[in-house]
Amino acid sequence: MKLTGAEIILECLLREGVDIMFGYPGGAILPTYDTMTKYPQLRHVLVRHEQGAAHMADGYARATGKVGVVIATSGPGATNLVTGIATAMLDSSPIVCITGQVPSAVIGSDAFQETDVTGVTLPVTKHNYLVYNVEELAYTIREAFHIARTGRPGPVLVDIPKDVQTAVTEFVYPEGPIELPGYRPPQRAAEEDIAAALALIESAERPLILAGHGVIMSGAGREVLQFAEMTQTPFALTLLGKGGLPETHPLSLGMMGMHGTGHANLAIQNADLLLAFGMRFDDRVTGNLKTYAPNAKKIHIDIDISEIHKNVRVDVPIVGDLKTVLGQLMPHVKPIEHKAWLGQIRDWMEDADERDIVNRDVGERLFAAHVIHDMWRATGGDAVVVTDVGQHQMWEAQYYPHQRPHTLLTSGGLGTMGFGMPAAIGAALGLGGPNVWAIVGDGGFQMTLPELGTAMQERAPVKIAIINNGFLGMVRQWQEFFYEERYNATPMHNPDFVKLAEAYGIPARRVTRREDVIPAIEWANSITDGPTLIDFVVETHDLVYPMVPAGADLHKMIRRPLPSDTAI
Amino acid sequence: MKRTLVALVENKPGVLNRVASLFRRRNFNIDSLTVGRTENPAISRMTIVVDADAEKIRTQLYKLVNVIQVQDVTEIPDVSRDLALIKVRVNSQTRGEVVQLCDIFRAHIVDATTDALIVEVTGDEDKITSMTELLRPIGILEMVRTGMVTMTRGEHVLSPNGYKPRPSGNGYRTNVL
Repeated sequence: MKLTGAEIILECLLREGVDIMFGYPGGAILPTYDTMTKYPQLRHVLVRHEQGAAHMADGYARATGKVGVVIATSGPGATNLVTGIATAMLDSSPIVCITGQVPSAVIGSDAFQETDVTGVTLPVTKHNYLVYNVEELAYTIREAFHIARTGRPGPVLVDIPKDVQTAVTEFVYPEGPIELPGYRPPQRAAEEDIAAALALIESAERPLILAGHGVIMSGAGREVLQFAEMTQTPFALTLLGKGGLPETHPLSLGMMGMHGTGHANLAIQNADLLLAFGMRFDDRVTGNLKTYAPNAKKIHIDIDISEIHKNVRVDVPIVGDLKTVLGQLMPHVKPIEHKAWLGQIRDWMEDADERDIVNRDVGERLFAAHVIHDMWRATGGDAVVVTDVGQHQMWEAQYYPHQRPHTLLTSGGLGTMGFGMPAAIGAALGLGGPNVWAIVGDGGFQMTLPELGTAMQERAPVKIAIINNGFLGMVRQWQEFFYEERYNATPMHNPDFVKLAEAYGIPARRVTRREDVIPAIEWANSITDGPTLIDFVVETHDLVYPMVPAGADLHKMIRRPLPSDTAI
Repeated sequence: MKRTLVALVENKPGVLNRVASLFRRRNFNIDSLTVGRTENPAISRMTIVVDADAEKIRTQLYKLVNVIQVQDVTEIPDVSRDLALIKVRVNSQTRGEVVQLCDIFRAHIVDATTDALIVEVTGDEDKITSMTELLRPIGILEMVRTGMVTMTRGEHVLSPNGYKPRPSGNGYRTNVL
């Protein structure tokens, strides 16, 4: 069957199981857009800015576990994707971006809307392609999806000149295995590594599991939990690990790191064995590497060999798929008790509870922690929450315990403000259900605010909760702690978000009092056929506690003062 | 300490760029990098000399889809060669001196005019450095080095993992640069 390049692109997408694409048309991709009219089973979501398309595909991928697809034109269309691609790269999210390129005959001539897109995106993609020949198109797209979703997932970009989209060739879909000799993601661990890990596990008195994004990516939650229960090993989660294991479990210590719980960080510093499962010892997790977990032996299981010894030297490195490796390990694991260690951790937890603002009477004032705590209650702890970046993101991580994988979607590695709302649209469209909440700050929300139009046009059932404190809150927090309270460039003059939403036809409310929080959430939950927005106007002078200053020792946290010390 | 890595990469457009970009963004300093074809036209071979953590570089290189095989050969007995062309200013007095040095170093004079000679010298790093130092007082006008190429001794080979290029249509381009 003779097909054009554009038809081949869409045929290949269908065969990859794609049902939705996020994109924006333009000259160099027009042949493909024109061809879409013949493929009504592929839903196209028109965004308002290509960055939004990349975040939507990313949110779709993180919520569904499938590959997200982006389509954009050459030049500015493609460069607008870069922030979204980098976000997906740092958080190992599988997306495939298809970009139009100027006709191959004029590549390199500074043609209209020409950019070296493979050059620009080289450092922020797992792999990318420039397809010069229509005969290579089908195989390239198949390879792109394979690379995006396997091993340590990540973004792949395929740049396709306009003439390749219109060229005609015999379409042969390449069935059979993909052979990439330079790309063979590891699976199983060597038996001697399993034995070495077992020896450490059996002799440990104060073990701790550090569970990262890999637990979710590998689908290893059940195995990790089984291991934790069998060996009575408590677990702490990275931000992206949240959801991988049930956070209300008695062995859960919540999040670790810069804004992690006091007990998780103290447990790391006092542990004699760290079991790092699918995490990468990011600086936000370790603090000062010189004083990090000084007494702990370390077992590191990760699918990416380059993460081994990158930041922290470990005693037993295991390169492989976490679920597979734990499958090898578990038959040899014997039940162990760690009563004294768990008792010590319980004491640290009680101290944290005493400091927690959620347990205090704060009078008339509305704190973000209360909003998120109430949202957790009103949604039965089962919503898919997508956050933006900043204070609200950390409060979400602290006050919304997740039980299931793929229920917290957040930009961890790159910390991309503007991620939240578009990613939530992608998640809501991918899941097709009304249980998706975007928790965003007033700052980050305004970075990708035009996507409100997309949400309404597509009737995406996403609930947008703005945690509005009129400040770039996390920057303001750093200014308060480390820059002698010089609040330069952090106060924001905001529009009336309720009126703004209404201008798009989106139902919206404002909440300023604690007693209105749950009714507002229930109101939003009752609207299932499109987006809603709630503007939560919260305390300006509020800080995320605990905080490990950047580069400080992990146990040297700034803690929220005890109730006896001060009112808040 | 300097480390030598040998890498087999797919002979495709942009692969050298991917490797170079990786070194820059991970802040690895390259001492020298050479690349050329192998007995298999679909595979190119790189010799990379670095003054950095070679294990980190090796594992990072594996993240590149086009990199087939990487090995740190620093500890393995090998043959390493660098080639230099050195243009030396000469006069009737110094010409003989240069010819003598070439004899000692088993170098060749590949171009001669009344005022200048081009010396071709092949060898390991040390040999070329000493030759350069001896020629410097005579007057080096211009110099170029190819960078190190390395092959391990004996039967040990860097295997391309049974690599076969993807069979495809006509437009399979093969210029690695």
